[in-house]
Amino acid sequence: MEKAIKKYWPIFVLPTLTAFIIGFIVPFAEGLYLSFCKFTTVNKATWVGLGNYVRAFADNTFKYSFWFTAAFAVVATILINILAFAVALLLTRKLKGSHFFRTVFFMPNLIGGIVLGYIWQILLNSLLSLLGRPLLALDAAAGYWGLIILMCWQQIGYMMIIYIAGLQSVPDELLEAATVDGASPWKALWKVRIPMVMPSITICLFLTVTNSFKLFDQNLALTGGEPAHSSEMLALNIYNTFYSRAGAQWKGIGQAKAVIFFLLVVIISLLQLRATRSKEVQQ
Amino acid sequence: MKKNWLALSLAAIMIAVLFAGCGTPGRDKDDKGTGEANGSVYYLNFKPEQDEQWQALAKAYTEETGVEVKVVTAASGQYETTLMAEMGKKGSPTLFQVNGPVGLNNWRDYCYDLSGSKLYGELISDDFALTSDGAVYGIAYVIETYGIIYNKALLERAGYTEADITNFDSFKAVVEDITARSSELGFAAFTSAGMDGSSDWRFKTHLANLPIYYEYETEGMTAGEIKGTYLNNYKAIWDLYINNSTCDPAGLSAKTGDDAVSEFAGGKAVFYQNGTWAYNDVKSLGDENLGMLPIYIGVEGEESQGLCTGSENYWCVNKDASEENIRATLDFLYWVVSSETGTSALADEMGFVCPFKSAKKSANPLVKIADEYIAAGKKSVDWCFPTMPSEEWKNGVGSALTAYAAGTGDWDAVVTAFVDGWKTEYKLNNAE
Repeated sequence: MEKAIKKYWPIFVLPTLTAFIIGFIVPFAEGLYLSFCKFTTVNKATWVGLGNYVRAFADNTFKYSFWFTAAFAVVATILINILAFAVALLLTRKLKGSHFFRTVFFMPNLIGGIVLGYIWQILLNSLLSLLGRPLLALDAAAGYWGLIILMCWQQIGYMMIIYIAGLQSVPDELLEAATVDGASPWKALWKVRIPMVMPSITICLFLTVTNSFKLFDQNLALTGGEPAHSSEMLALNIYNTFYSRAGAQWKGIGQAKAVIFFLLVVIISLLQLRATRSKEVQQ
Repeated sequence: MKKNWLALSLAAIMIAVLFAGCGTPGRDKDDKGTGEANGSVYYLNFKPEQDEQWQALAKAYTEETGVEVKVVTAASGQYETTLMAEMGKKGSPTLFQVNGPVGLNNWRDYCYDLSGSKLYGELISDDFALTSDGAVYGIAYVIETYGIIYNKALLERAGYTEADITNFDSFKAVVEDITARSSELGFAAFTSAGMDGSSDWRFKTHLANLPIYYEYETEGMTAGEIKGTYLNNYKAIWDLYINNSTCDPAGLSAKTGDDAVSEFAGGKAVFYQNGTWAYNDVKSLGDENLGMLPIYIGVEGEESQGLCTGSENYWCVNKDASEENIRATLDFLYWVVSSETGTSALADEMGFVCPFKSAKKSANPLVKIADEYIAAGKKSVDWCFPTMPSEEWKNGVGSALTAYAAGTGDWDAVVTAFVDGWKTEYKLNNAE
């Protein structure tokens, strides 16, 4: 069998590799090229050099949306992971109906972001009007917290599943030994369980950080960037630069922003991976 | 070994199916695009309201001449995005539209010069051609009119007729009287001035046209600048809209275009700012019940002001299409604006008023009202919004208007968005 794999691996790799090249490598290279161009449609581009990058950095809405996104990512990552871990701890106890609750908590993930955004917009707007406060589209702070609530609601279930898998793989002997040695449940959690699930934490942090930075659908549907771009995150800012601006120069600027955005997400997630990887322990 | 081969061939078939699935639609399009000797037409339509009629018209043309006409309609608000994607493909649209000079900025390099075409010869006036550097890039195909549509029966029940409203002050008196008695009358003066994306263009673009028009009239037009001389009038009419409507001004940001339509058609409000294109939405009230008023904003001499009439829909032909497709497209357009079938479809079924020599009179009653204003010697207000510097400017004004209505922002923010925003946006878009 191993021999066969060694011999035929190119055939097995080929479909995925072709799809990856067509769907990722080629568009990526083209996108990179276009960020140095002025264009309306992609097959008619003229080279303008670094001008697009200069103008992208000079754009205040872009800078603002970076800080907005960063603030969102920090709070959302912490909240989602703490809550998901707590729920996972609860549901790995031998409680009645824990399987049912796992399904329930996971379900929000099955609904698309745009749909969720509009549903939550209606919910939150009704709540805000009951409280006599300005609606989502008028209040950037409400938009920010609305996004946090929405993302927590959607992502906690998914992260919970990963944490449950991690917690279940912690050997019972270790926990028993800790108890015999006199560790309190709290101590057992911090000194045994959390170090043992570090790989899950790495994955979950990576997913929540990158998801928060790349958030688009929910932002578009929930607030649309209102009022006046002040709840606009990076991805939506790029989209708006590209699509809602008339004039050929904007497409290139949007494209340049997208390249900067890509680099940012890569750097931040690599830093985060390195930081959490170093805390992982061998089982 | 035999099993292995079976697995391999199965895998190969699956891959083949996968790729075939991706490939077929594209190939199909190419056949249609270039296969026939006499060319074909691909129209990317802007107006979803008229999709059905365009499809029927395309079919009729194919039956008559044998030339293939494909009509695709972009979803509402998605025209630019769809056009951008379609123009990048091989079988790109041969016929598309732009919204005035700002839209042309985006597409100038793709527009065929129509100056020698028969279609251009059909235009009743050069005012309806979109020209740039001596070339004709776009032809307006529909003239539209907007104002304040009102429900005659309700206005009478409130004790007024159209004759009572001759300027802003008299209009304001009527509106405020209706608001004061609204619980007793059972309806409000205005439909909700929704600032959701489906409705905010009525205010950030169409209503904003009036202060711009009067400024151009009295002070002339300066490129890249607006003074905002009539912004106090803009505030007055906006205050009137938001304080006398069916809903609390704080809730406007979530109100949609459909909300306003259902309030008006349901008899919950007397006045509804919109144009001739909205006839299908409101015709359930009965033609005899529909009237239209000019939008008065309190400018001196406005008693002789008429409705706002103009066009922002221009046909453009794709320069990069093959020669036979360009010819087929021009022939198709000429047929649409000159033949019996074409002109009746435009006038009777789509309800368009067209600026072409052989155009028929539209059956749309709102259009008839608009004609009556012109016949009565009222001066139509031009559409100045094609001169607005960008979509972004409109959005800025829209956000500020919404915040002002809800009380989270003040009027100064609207003025800033209007005046300073104009300058900034003009500079940004004309830098290169």
